[in-house]
Amino acid sequence: MTFAYGARSFARLSRAEWTKFRTVRGWVLGMVAAVLVTVGLGLFAASGSHSSCGGPDDVCPAVPIGPDGQAVDDKFFFVHRALNGDGSITVRVTSLTGRIRLPDVTPGVRREVPRVEPWAKAGVIVKDGTRQGAAYAALMVTGRHGVRLQHDFVHDTAGGRSGVSETAPRWLRLVRSGGELTGYESADGRRWAKVGTARPQGLPATVRIGLFAACPGDLTVTQADLGGAIAASRFAQATAVFDHVSLQGEMSGGAWRHDDIGAAKEPDGAIHHPGGVVRTGGTFTVTGVGDIAPRTDGQTIEKTLSGLLAGLIVVVVVAVVFVTAEYRRGLIRTTLLAGPRRGRTLTAKAVVIAAVTFAAGLIAAGVTVPLGAHVLRANGNDILPVGPLTELRVVAGTAALLAVTAVLALALGTVVRRGTVAITGAIALVVLPRVLATTSVLPVEASRWLLRVTPAAGFAIQQSIPAYPQVTAFFSPQAGYYPLSPWAGFAVSCGYAALALALAVLALRRRDA
Amino acid sequence: MRRELRAEWTKVRTAPGTAWLPVAAVALTVAVSAAATALVSCPSAGCRYDAPKVGLSGIQAGQAIIVILAVLSVGAEYGTGMIHTTLVAMPRRTAVLAAKATILTALTSAAGTVAVLGCVLAGRLVLPRNGFIPARGYPLLSLADGPTFRAAAGSVLYLVLIGLFALGVATTVRDSATAVGLVFGLLYVLSVLPYLISDPGWGRFLWRISPMNAGLAIQSTRHLAALPLGPWAGLGVLAGWAAGALLTGGLLFRLRDA
Repeated sequence: MTFAYGARSFARLSRAEWTKFRTVRGWVLGMVAAVLVTVGLGLFAASGSHSSCGGPDDVCPAVPIGPDGQAVDDKFFFVHRALNGDGSITVRVTSLTGRIRLPDVTPGVRREVPRVEPWAKAGVIVKDGTRQGAAYAALMVTGRHGVRLQHDFVHDTAGGRSGVSETAPRWLRLVRSGGELTGYESADGRRWAKVGTARPQGLPATVRIGLFAACPGDLTVTQADLGGAIAASRFAQATAVFDHVSLQGEMSGGAWRHDDIGAAKEPDGAIHHPGGVVRTGGTFTVTGVGDIAPRTDGQTIEKTLSGLLAGLIVVVVVAVVFVTAEYRRGLIRTTLLAGPRRGRTLTAKAVVIAAVTFAAGLIAAGVTVPLGAHVLRANGNDILPVGPLTELRVVAGTAALLAVTAVLALALGTVVRRGTVAITGAIALVVLPRVLATTSVLPVEASRWLLRVTPAAGFAIQQSIPAYPQVTAFFSPQAGYYPLSPWAGFAVSCGYAALALALAVLALRRRDA
Repeated sequence: MRRELRAEWTKVRTAPGTAWLPVAAVALTVAVSAAATALVSCPSAGCRYDAPKVGLSGIQAGQAIIVILAVLSVGAEYGTGMIHTTLVAMPRRTAVLAAKATILTALTSAAGTVAVLGCVLAGRLVLPRNGFIPARGYPLLSLADGPTFRAAAGSVLYLVLIGLFALGVATTVRDSATAVGLVFGLLYVLSVLPYLISDPGWGRFLWRISPMNAGLAIQSTRHLAALPLGPWAGLGVLAGWAAGALLTGGLLFRLRDA
């Protein structure tokens, strides 16, 4: 048999299967229902989600946007001067201390303890002005994660692992050369080790250069009464002591200035949790609150796809019945008479159901994501913005997840030949783990495990905001942070579908129909 | 009615597929409960887990098998055309459906009781090893304890009601595959929706009408004030779903040609 003949016969089989599918009214209606339920539930959930910031005019402060287009937190205390062209800053950090607020025991009585948040950060920074979200590169010491070189909010390079203490100070040096910044660290100010190089986006000739301190809120995670977990962030601040501050290069604009970047104002105009700087001789003591990091809490575009679970169930039913109906009506004998190469016939069936569900999923997600995001924004919700490629991945990935699930369900239906059992099996494999991971009393680790080893891992393809290891946040499956990366998770689902299809071909070949 | 009961019991007893389903329901329920109790742990600082609820969490998976059992008891008859024979032999349709419901209730309560006893036993054995000890506010799971007994007995009732609900849906749609999809959609998808909607008002409303969330409130023994519905009221919501589905199914069964 030649390749051309094989391809032609496969095309013929696929066409036969497509004809079967489109002429059974219930299956076509099922696909339409899958689209409608996904869009409908998604829009319903979006229209039910309102957000407001309180206050007199109920206007939420605009979320700063970083150089790569993502929403960011940009709040720190900045002591700075202007640098024209190339230059460098060298400092010695002699201490990094902090304060953390603990949950109240007696209501209204504030409990604060001296403790350093693991991601408290202080060091030297070069930034494109003092605007929130402007490009920057910073070399810092952290509470528990050693020396880091970070730039433009999402990029993080680890340096030495040792922290700072009175007996073991740390020297930091940040050198600017054109658009490139290089970080060095040293224990004694003589022998320097390179930490890394950063290229912030669109750094102008004149930049602000100086010292900074910031501290993300301390995070506590508690078990929620109705299942899942609740994360709460409480006030924390960091204080760093710098000396031996030396600047090289052409400085302009006179003496040191300082700004509490992104500080929140109380109704009376005072700054809420202010930072500050105390200068005695050559020593700077800088205190900061807040964080310089990508924002990870807020609505995401994939939140609009909450109806997908219902759509998935409909797709599973149609895909299973697409094969079990043949057994029930005896049509399978005719099918196998017309296409005696059984593996090929089943593959044609799988291709048709995958193509149909992919198209349906593309329509469903393609309508729901932009429309749902629009409704969410209109209701005052901030949606963490993502690039068009990520949005495309979420939409097309959702459609692909539907297609892969349909193939898995079709294969299960072929193996067990009983509709109810196959549907239950497919739902137990794909939908149930997601439900348990979202609603049950299972601890987070168990939820993550479920979303790693079951076909529900493919839901990761919908995650639009990555879980940054350098950000203090509770990245729970409930909040939409999956344990596997989007494509790895999707590959797990594909693996299950391929395995099931292989078993189905084997079963179909071995058994009498 | 005795004739109908006997006929339905003979069908259940002799059909090769349905005989092992109650056994599978028991095994799955106990296995998932045992896994859940092995996964949670209570640190020395204390925790907020509801121990009986964790111990009975296998019901969430085991109910799927009960749904299959219920759906097949009527759906399989339509699938094979057996329904015609059944109705020729027993023309009193309400009695046929009542007999099916009675047999299903008996089977489900038997399987449910065994499963729940297995769950409590697993909880007694595993939970203390994971830090659920009296010193941290967790006495050994015991049916002599009022709330725990309510959770355990209520779980059996929950399974019975889920079975009746699925029976009603299957009688209404007359197709096993569609019925199973519909029931799972109403159970599982409706149970996640409250968690996916950030508006608390809508969330609590959906939680209250969701058959699975409201029905499983019967398993709660702690923080009852935080529940959108009390345990018995929650089970009442599920009973409402079951009654509605059975009434619709029964009415259509009488009115339609088979």
